[in-house]
Amino acid sequence: MIEVDIESLGVRGLNERFHRLPPDTNERAWKLTNPKGAHALAVGLDRPLTIEIDGHVGYYCGGMNKQAEITINGHAGPGLAENIMSGVVRVKGNASQSAAASGRGGLVVIEGDASSRCGISMKGVNIVVGGSVGHMSAFMAQAGHLVVCGDAGSHLGDSIYEAVIYVGGDVASLGSDCIEKPMTEKHRAKLKRILAAAGVSASPERFRRFGSARQLYNFKVDHAAQY
Amino acid sequence: MCGIVGLFLKSSALEPTLGKHLSAMLSALSDRGPDSAGFAIYRNPAPRGSIKLTLFHPEADYGWDHLVRELSEETGTSVRGEPRGSHFVLTAAMPVETARHWLSHHRPDVRIMGVGDCIELYKEKGNPRDVVRRFRLNELAGSHALGHTRMATESAVTTQHSHPFSTGLDLCLVHNGSLSNHNRMRQWLGRHGIDFQTDNDTEVAAGYFTHLLGEGATLEEALKSGISDLDGFYTFAIGTKDGFAVVRDPIACKPAVLAETDEWVAMASEYRAIAHLPGAERSRLWEPSPATVYSWKKH
Repeated sequence: MIEVDIESLGVRGLNERFHRLPPDTNERAWKLTNPKGAHALAVGLDRPLTIEIDGHVGYYCGGMNKQAEITINGHAGPGLAENIMSGVVRVKGNASQSAAASGRGGLVVIEGDASSRCGISMKGVNIVVGGSVGHMSAFMAQAGHLVVCGDAGSHLGDSIYEAVIYVGGDVASLGSDCIEKPMTEKHRAKLKRILAAAGVSASPERFRRFGSARQLYNFKVDHAAQY
Repeated sequence: MCGIVGLFLKSSALEPTLGKHLSAMLSALSDRGPDSAGFAIYRNPAPRGSIKLTLFHPEADYGWDHLVRELSEETGTSVRGEPRGSHFVLTAAMPVETARHWLSHHRPDVRIMGVGDCIELYKEKGNPRDVVRRFRLNELAGSHALGHTRMATESAVTTQHSHPFSTGLDLCLVHNGSLSNHNRMRQWLGRHGIDFQTDNDTEVAAGYFTHLLGEGATLEEALKSGISDLDGFYTFAIGTKDGFAVVRDPIACKPAVLAETDEWVAMASEYRAIAHLPGAERSRLWEPSPATVYSWKKH
């Protein structure tokens, strides 16, 4: 395990050190201390690293991640794991707004609560939130799964495309073109796999499924004259 | 962008170091607002029957001593003052309106930044790190304070357009965001006797709260009304003589973090500003919910 004090190395020094690692690096296990809310920690990684960060992180931690498994022992600021491609970003505490925004793949686990706009414009990432999410979550979500074990704030899934949302608690309100859909055995099995991958224990039986009514984004020939 | 910070002490043990902590908080958010910075600090209550005014004049060697002497002689009252950077804190044994009236007639080029029993309000163009140094914020003791680092988007970069804004006694407001209905609101408030010094949107919000508090609303009631009357994006932090409050608009795009320990309550646009406070790592830390008023009051 390689230990790095973020305050003494600086954010740029830290990220450069990660980016210089060769594909077959042996320096795979890292522990970062003293984040003190710094922005853009461990961003743009493309190596199978295991990184633990002790403390609270600022904006964009784990952004654009590929392959790496990043665990934050604290809370995360806005834009956690933004545009994640693969790998895992896990927060033991809460995450601020726009967590996993536009993520294309991989897994983002927020063990506490996530704020507003969680999973905004997600494009394939799986997101598991142990607690609740704020308003406008999964706004314009295109693909992937958002799993919320607690409650969802207002306008959930507004203008959603083909992403799937599972909610264990209450939903304050649904956004435009987002509807509840039947929860079949197939969906429960899928949800069980995602929860297991996230290491979050929750019974799939109590979840409801939400997705697109497909009335908003489909081209309709009846309306051709209006375009 | 902009950055806002607030620090409200629950225990008097930390009061001598309030300025030092606020200075570190503002410096931590310099890159959120490099155009100007300002802060309001609640300290040294004026003696009974006296009022404290923070004044500003752009001339470096402005004749403050002369102003003190003249005001004292002409009104026959005790007046004293202390310069701090480009500002001057005047303590005068007279009603507020007497002081305001005298200044507007005899020193029309002197700006009144803040007025009250406890408030002192300092703001200026420049990088926040330099601004706090120029005002020697480090050495100021007090009970609570608010600050702002400005990246101007809405009106000019001048000292007058910097935050905090104060339109009422011991009231001040810092704002991250922008309001969209401030012109109409300014007209409406103007008809209700609220004076504005600039065309800035945040000054309108400060005036709005001053108006409601003047009508008898509590701070919490005034802020709740603001959620429906003020249109735009905002995280506000508000200071009064003995209170401190935070509120975000219902969309809550503008960031905010609150932290609380047994000794203090801190608010900031980002955790970076809070991280260096004593006991921050053990504080209760949360993001204020949209359209929800959080307030604290001195016991």
